[in-house]
Amino acid sequence: MNDMTKADHVPAEVAPPLRFDAPPSTSLWAHARHIVSENPVTGLAFGLFALIVLAALFGPSLVPYDPLTSNTNAALQAPSAAHWFGTDQLGRDIFSRVVVATRLDFTIAIASVALVFLLGGLAGVSAGFYGGWVDKIVGRIADTIMAFPLFVLAMGIVAALGNSVTNIVIATAIINFPLYARVARAEANVRREAGFVQAARLSGNSDWRLLMTQIVPNIMPIMAVQMSLTMGYAILNAAGLSFIGLGVRPPTPEWGIMVAEGASFIVSGEWWIALFPGLALMIAVFCFNLLGDGVRDLVDPQRRN
Amino acid sequence: MLRMIGARLMTTVPSVIGVIIVTFLLTRVLPGNTAAYFAGPAATPQAIAEIRSKLGLDQPLPVQFVSYVGALAKGDLGQSLTTGQPVTADLAARLPASAELTLAGLLLAMAVALPLGVLAAVRQGSWIDHLCRVVATAGVSLPVFFTGLLLVYVFYFQLGWSPAPLGRLDVFASEPPRITGLFLVDSLVSGNFETFRAALSQIILPAVTLAIFSLAPITRMTRASMLAVLGADFVRTARAAGLTSSKVIGTYAFRNAMLPVITTLGMVFSFLLGANVLVEKVFAWPGVGSYAVEALIASDYAPIQGFVLTMAILYVVLNLMIDVLYGVIDPRVRLEG
Repeated sequence: MNDMTKADHVPAEVAPPLRFDAPPSTSLWAHARHIVSENPVTGLAFGLFALIVLAALFGPSLVPYDPLTSNTNAALQAPSAAHWFGTDQLGRDIFSRVVVATRLDFTIAIASVALVFLLGGLAGVSAGFYGGWVDKIVGRIADTIMAFPLFVLAMGIVAALGNSVTNIVIATAIINFPLYARVARAEANVRREAGFVQAARLSGNSDWRLLMTQIVPNIMPIMAVQMSLTMGYAILNAAGLSFIGLGVRPPTPEWGIMVAEGASFIVSGEWWIALFPGLALMIAVFCFNLLGDGVRDLVDPQRRN
Repeated sequence: MLRMIGARLMTTVPSVIGVIIVTFLLTRVLPGNTAAYFAGPAATPQAIAEIRSKLGLDQPLPVQFVSYVGALAKGDLGQSLTTGQPVTADLAARLPASAELTLAGLLLAMAVALPLGVLAAVRQGSWIDHLCRVVATAGVSLPVFFTGLLLVYVFYFQLGWSPAPLGRLDVFASEPPRITGLFLVDSLVSGNFETFRAALSQIILPAVTLAIFSLAPITRMTRASMLAVLGADFVRTARAAGLTSSKVIGTYAFRNAMLPVITTLGMVFSFLLGANVLVEKVFAWPGVGSYAVEALIASDYAPIQGFVLTMAILYVVLNLMIDVLYGVIDPRVRLEG
């Protein structure tokens, strides 16, 4: 229920995974089925997620019209049987553009989350495991990033690095860095002196090996929850940046820029140009937020609400 | 109390230093030729070299940093290429518009979120609790620029209740005399009720947009902390002592539940200052956000850096004020400090 304490949550008791109880793959699958059937909203989220993945993978070959071809004879048409979501000021089919845009938006979100998972996760784990000056430096970097209003910092980074999609990914990763670093740090810190880590250390493993074989695999579930919870925010952030004209350039179909293109037509009543890409964005973010809760239920039953 | 404020002030020093270093790095070290940016796209190599030495970009980095900090100390953020004015003057002229919008949005959000959160906690499991959950989930999923456009379509185009989304005042109304820079306050102070009504009708939609956006975290936090407080021993004791439930909830529980909510305000401000940029673009609001967006489109870099730095410093100050407010409300914090 409460995101604020989620990030700061430190499990009181840490145990190694009990692999000998049952084959983990079947129990996870059964558990997933149980969660989906118990909570239909989570089921809905997984369904929506499958739809988004399908649209991202096959969208460009499924859509009825080319997303870039303009047709001035059919400009600004309201939704109809031929154009389900209507057409924009250049006569491009909005349904096709919304579906095709899924791939780009999804890729930006995945790429930025993967990047921050690597950077923030590694920095946080090292900070929690080694402590000392590593901890101080990582903490200082995270605090400095947190001292900025995050969207404003993202704007500044994209403006400085140059206006491209890659830099949107980098900026989105940087503003999420403190969140990942803090969670990874807290989780690594409580496991540093855990029995199984001590045992592995006594059997002569190096620090690096301890980190990679004992600590990192054990905090993966929590990081996975973190990743699905921040996916929605990553998409929102990227769409916001492209809404103000950063990163994605027209005529590339992307939800944020399509809403921006439709914005000037709202006041004259052509609502469909901005509405459908906006709805797609909203549904994607909604889906990722619900999915985050679902993934949390899956990997961490104690925190279910 | 003074000692606590002093101690808290000291902790902002590293933040401010960090912010200044990051904004400096954003202008100088990262890939991309700053001098070429400042010279504009049509500049010759000689012109770029000239600007390079004029901006001091041929100096070593530490020297550049010292002169950057020196300029900052004098309030010099460079010149805007598009307006031809010093960035500091531009920002100062536009800041009141943004401040008015942000404050209106925040006050509106709190006016809705606090009662909603409290009621949801008091009547746990009732329809108002479910409403609270819907608001909290929808609020984080709605892109703020999309909400704004929906409101414009419904209330301007369909219903015709609100004026065109074009700035703080329509063209026929005259600006109130500048006292605070906040049109709503200034027009009231000078007794100009017509301007007040005009300014109010312009600010409602963008403020509601911001409010919807910031509703979610405040509602969620109010509900959670109210629930925690209502389960505490002192509330049980107060109830057992026979106090009325309005006294228990209003005085005993609410005041204690507000403390975590005030802490959340820091995060809410981070969201608000970012969302402000998007809302200002949707409503053509003449604040610092739309100034930065215009500069971005024109590849005019000094205003953007000035904007980022100003927002960051403002955010650090806001966090400081929140902490001080916390100390004012909660005597325990004061004693520790």
